[in-house]
Amino acid sequence: MWGIYFSNLMESLPLFFKGLWITLEVSLLSLLLSTLGGFLLGIIRSSKVRWLQYILAAYVDLIRGTPFLVQIFIVFFILPEWDIHLEAFTSAILSLTIYGTAYICEIVFGAIRAVPGGQVEAAIASGLSWRQSMQHVVLPQALRPILPPLVGQYVLLIKDTAVVSVIGLTDITRVGWLTVQRIPEGILVFGLVGLFYFAICYPLIWLSNRLEARMTVEGSRL
Amino acid sequence: MLEAFNFRAIIDFLPLFLQGLKGTVLLSLASLTGAMLVGIAACVARLSGIRLLALPAIAFIEIIRSTPLLTQLFFFYFGLPGLGLRLSESQTGILALSLNSGAYIAEILRAGVMAVSKGQIEAALSSGLNLFQRLRYIILPQAIGVTIPALLGQMIVLVKDSALLALISVLELTRAAQLMASERFMPAEGFFTAALFYLMLYYLLKMVSAYWQKRLIYR
Repeated sequence: MWGIYFSNLMESLPLFFKGLWITLEVSLLSLLLSTLGGFLLGIIRSSKVRWLQYILAAYVDLIRGTPFLVQIFIVFFILPEWDIHLEAFTSAILSLTIYGTAYICEIVFGAIRAVPGGQVEAAIASGLSWRQSMQHVVLPQALRPILPPLVGQYVLLIKDTAVVSVIGLTDITRVGWLTVQRIPEGILVFGLVGLFYFAICYPLIWLSNRLEARMTVEGSRL
Repeated sequence: MLEAFNFRAIIDFLPLFLQGLKGTVLLSLASLTGAMLVGIAACVARLSGIRLLALPAIAFIEIIRSTPLLTQLFFFYFGLPGLGLRLSESQTGILALSLNSGAYIAEILRAGVMAVSKGQIEAALSSGLNLFQRLRYIILPQAIGVTIPALLGQMIVLVKDSALLALISVLELTRAAQLMASERFMPAEGFFTAALFYLMLYYLLKMVSAYWQKRLIYR
């Protein structure tokens, strides 16, 4: 039995590569937009404007407190009720960006807050404006501790793109779901799907671990 | 938007949502129990220093962390019947969630064990405690103590992850919202209500976590 299923599966391999391409496209686009959004909001959140801080904290809590599945359903089903009609692909990118931005905003905000206050005071005392002190003093120092958790967050986001298959986008998970209707051997089919994700995510996890290890060694030299 | 929001329908469906809430809470608790067992086992195996145990544990942890939960869920849902194992949908869900969170908990616990100072373990060794006794009386109590906030964070992730079980038609909050959306065609009311319940659980766990963090600092 397994032999027949296996050769069937090999025949539908091109479908899997098409799905992989969609997964990569969705991941790259949403990662790029989330990184931009997250850095922007993270920097804004560390400005001293109270009401902006409250709004951004509430946004981060709303996103972190609800499952991504519920968020994507809200984007996909509710925007049409307000006469905003988006394709599945655009809805997927939009919801992933809203989701990823919140997590990256939190990482960036945390790293900026960890920069010693004396640095900012010294910059302000030297006559730098808030924007200048951010650009030349705070961000360069915050960037190094941001990197390991950022790469870790990328892995989580890439894995979360699997959920976009529920709104009908034919990513690699949906290809698996469609294939398993013809080849009823879940272990084989989703084993293969898992293999593709592993090939993408494992190198990134390794990179994140390495960055972290390098940081601890350099940190302990102090 | 609010004028079109049908609050009556939400009240009509409240019993279903409460059932869904019960489902989410019970599934999360069952999976957390399973995940703790899996996590402790994987962590002990990884740190045992015995290659035959450590290598499979490392492989398990890395495979779980590099693949999406949804893929794992479908792997078991479509795969187990082929092996002659017939589990109900919720049992399959609990299995997938336990293994998934178990891998993350193993890593959290490992960080906790690493934080137990070497002197403690050497003292235990020289007092003649065997591996099980060292774990039971010296290492685990301290490791679990410092890792409680991280474990509660994992619990928050677990509650949100349990939403995926709606896709294999287990009745929990997201499934309740889906049912309301399809029966009355009211997706807005359904999913916003589900989101509200999730937020309640989130803030509850966040408060417990903040309380623990304070206790750890003042101790």
